Amino acid sequence: MTEYIPVFLFTVVALLFPVVTVGIAWLIRAGKHDPVKLEPYECGIEATTFAHDNRFSIRYYLIAVLFVVFDVETVFLYPWAVAYRKLALFGLVEMFIFLAILIVGYIYAWKRKALQWA
Amino acid sequence: MGAELIVIAGKLIVLATLLLTAVPVMVWVERRGAAFIQDRLGPNRVGPWGIIQPIADSVKLLFKEDLTPAGVNRWLYFLAPMISVFIAMLTFIVVPFGDGCGVTILGQPLGSLMVASELEVGVLYLLAISSLGVYGIVLAGWSSNNKYSLLGGLRASAQLISYELSMALAVLGVILATGSLRLDEVVAAQSGKLWNAVPQFLGFVVFVVAAFAETNRLPFDLAEAETELVAGYHVEYSSMKFAAFMMSEYMNMVTVSALLVTLFLGGSTLPGVHLEGWLGLVVSLAVFLGKVAFFMWLFVWVRWSLPRFRYDQLMRLGWKGLLPLATVNLVLVAVGVARGWTWI
Repeated sequence: MTEYIPVFLFTVVALLFPVVTVGIAWLIRAGKHDPVKLEPYECGIEATTFAHDNRFSIRYYLIAVLFVVFDVETVFLYPWAVAYRKLALFGLVEMFIFLAILIVGYIYAWKRKALQWA
Repeated sequence: MGAELIVIAGKLIVLATLLLTAVPVMVWVERRGAAFIQDRLGPNRVGPWGIIQPIADSVKLLFKEDLTPAGVNRWLYFLAPMISVFIAMLTFIVVPFGDGCGVTILGQPLGSLMVASELEVGVLYLLAISSLGVYGIVLAGWSSNNKYSLLGGLRASAQLISYELSMALAVLGVILATGSLRLDEVVAAQSGKLWNAVPQFLGFVVFVVAAFAETNRLPFDLAEAETELVAGYHVEYSSMKFAAFMMSEYMNMVTVSALLVTLFLGGSTLPGVHLEGWLGLVVSLAVFLGKVAFFMWLFVWVRWSLPRFRYDQLMRLGWKGLLPLATVNLVLVAVGVARGWTWI
């Protein structure tokens, strides 16, 4: 675990820095609040709903699902890339089969217009 | 153990200083660069050429009212800027920012100038941590109770995850050619032959484009999009919390430029230059900073030269353009390495 000591040390620094700066700003902050000032920034008319009660495009969800598929792909490819020289020809063929399966899925997603925005 | 810890702490202090100095300097460069490109003066009143301006700005921000609007999710609203800065700072520690050149401190060899010098997972750590950065933006957009923020946050999340794929695939080509996840070995593998940017030109291009998208910079700044979303995910933030988002944006730019230099442009090395001792250390640091500075300027240059993408164009470029290109690059590199081409 000793190789992770610098990570932990820097984690502490990276945690302290934003907390301290925002903390100082909070201590010396100025101003008084009033209901008008606290309204969400919009066009001057009072907001009638919470922002996240509004609907948004389903595409965002679709992109997230596609991302999971292809990100897992890349994660699988990393150990393969490191061990590639040891695997020799077997590694190359293996990767081609793996990529071919994924490319079929990619073409399917493309044809079904999953990659198309609106 | 004691000497080892001192070396680690020393590297850590140097790195933190570099990162935190880069932010105000970059703010200044950006404002002066914008003014230069648009043929106007820019900030020139505080200090010589206005160089103290970012400091004055941050003091001003410190004294500003820290407003928490009505109806926000207080806990997440507070947490989001913290996550942004935290993640932005944490990513840098596996990037080697100079070469030790055989210098020893208290009998401890300095090695490559990177904080987590023993970490074998290098690139994986970097990808894992940097992809957490999207949480800061999404939570800020979600918790603010503002339609602009919400849209900005949503757009940013879809954009970041789309371009992360191409980025990870482009990095994969370099890892394949190196055979190691450690970034100092990536640098070492590039000395004595062409830098990765030449044999893996496709991967380099994909990485540069994805770098712009990952840092939310123009032409991909749809999360902020001043002209339509006002300021996107950080509309409702003020004072130091707003400054936290700005800082994380600039730190991300530094990190991604450093990564670009390390992966594709030989890091802190120059072809034909082999110096030893302290001179070598200083030169390698200067070479690295010089290369990073070029890409930082490129960020500014592009920002003030190109218009913004439309969202469907952005998605088309990411999924139908960069992703296949990155895969082609990967296959080419794999075939090249299998054929035993040493220049790859």
